[in-house]
Amino acid sequence: MKYVVAEASEIESGGRKIVTVAGRSIGVFNLDGEFFALRNRCPHQGGKLCEGKLWGVIRSDRPGDFEYRPSREILCCPWHGWEFHVRTGQSWCAPERLRVRRYEVETVAGEEIAEAADAGAEPADDPDAPAPGMVKGPYAAETYPVTREGEYLVVEIPFKKSRVSDRTASRSGRSTADR
Amino acid sequence: MIDADVHIPNPRLKDLFPLLPGHWVEHFDNTMDKGASQEYYPPRSPVAGRRGGLTELREAVFEQGGAEVAISSCLYAIDSIHNPDVAAALATATNDWQAMEWLERERRLRGSVVVPIGLPAAAAEEVERCADRPGFVQVLIPVRTEHPLGSRHYHPLWKTIEESGLVAAIHFGGAPVTPPTPTGWPSFFLEEYTAMAQVFATQLTSMIVEGVFDACPGLRVVFLESGFTWISAHLWRMDKEWRNLRRLVPWVRRPPSDYFREHVRVGIQPLDAPPEPAQLCEIVDQLGSDDLLLYASDYPHVHACDAGDLLLRLLPESLRRKIRSENARSFYRLSEGGQP
Repeated sequence: MKYVVAEASEIESGGRKIVTVAGRSIGVFNLDGEFFALRNRCPHQGGKLCEGKLWGVIRSDRPGDFEYRPSREILCCPWHGWEFHVRTGQSWCAPERLRVRRYEVETVAGEEIAEAADAGAEPADDPDAPAPGMVKGPYAAETYPVTREGEYLVVEIPFKKSRVSDRTASRSGRSTADR
Repeated sequence: MIDADVHIPNPRLKDLFPLLPGHWVEHFDNTMDKGASQEYYPPRSPVAGRRGGLTELREAVFEQGGAEVAISSCLYAIDSIHNPDVAAALATATNDWQAMEWLERERRLRGSVVVPIGLPAAAAEEVERCADRPGFVQVLIPVRTEHPLGSRHYHPLWKTIEESGLVAAIHFGGAPVTPPTPTGWPSFFLEEYTAMAQVFATQLTSMIVEGVFDACPGLRVVFLESGFTWISAHLWRMDKEWRNLRRLVPWVRRPPSDYFREHVRVGIQPLDAPPEPAQLCEIVDQLGSDDLLLYASDYPHVHACDAGDLLLRLLPESLRRKIRSENARSFYRLSEGGQP
């Protein structure tokens, strides 16, 4: 089901809009003219992930050295600082051995990411890492495809499995901006 | 069996006279300066141990104790001396004395280079001077220091130690100008001794967070007389805080507990045992690795609880073997039979 969530001009580059569609709070982000949508709920403990600050990518090989890419693509949850790549919803930096509980991801994009994590790719070889040496974390935030249709941004929410929730989803109909 | 922590007594000042430049001999003869303070512990208390020579040490550590190799340190408090030239001169003389009077006479005994830790550049020079002398396997650093051990102040010294191939042995005690507890000067020995675990914890945090192991990936550190029952809880907390705050220290790319397990080993004596000794097994398990603990007797100091007896009795044979010898053999790179 597709929902119009904003006029494209509403969200400037580096900005975001938090909307409620199909009963879910979703953050729509503009990264240099590309739009991405994530569920506003941290898969770690449910914090309002999309209200977190955006950060560039920083890495270092030795104390005092900083390699910084000011891409502002890393979204930090305001609750516990878990870091998510806005483009994919993937959490980064925490190795699996932190032994935190895994979260079952529901959306299509999320499932693909979760499968990639299960495959246990070596962190150093991971081409998706925001910076070399970053390690894939155990979480993936729910992501939704965003398309630009003329002047409008459209978020696609997958149909839920049960008929009841289908009806609920269609009843909630048009989006409402909550911020 | 390898004993990772035994002590040789402090030299008497006159033992060092033949090894000191003439003007320092004259200085000690003619002034009130009589060198470093002699003991960390009150004289004649059981924990201060007895003053024995090489014969007593051989008997206790090798013959009765059954050690094939024992790693010794001399706790002469070089760091209590605030005249930089005296501190450096006494460190040099003490190392020469250790080599001549102990290490060359007893090949099963290994030694620790003492350094003027308040002067990191001079300390590094002393490490370089002694690194290739037979018998020395580590550098002795008191856990109480003027600055946190991870601060940039000490990074050149860590680099020198790493390149020298020696282990850095961080040991209970120290006499810097700073208080021995995080909140200031305590009134009683009991407070100071108890707080020493917090000092170790702070130094561990500092070294990991300030990137010592990222700058010196080959550095090996052993904690002596630190206790180990506090370590897991401390690492859990550090790992948790690292999640939130790691952006400020991006060189820390793995959870702090990973650095600890890779770079640090811990002597088992003295042991802070729970009232129910069986609970020790769980505490050892929580450390998350069988490679970390090293058997240590702390000869000649006598403690209320014998860590070797109590702990090793409780643990499975495979782990007991690692603690008694394999962990130290691998960490200190000693071959079978103990030769480096």
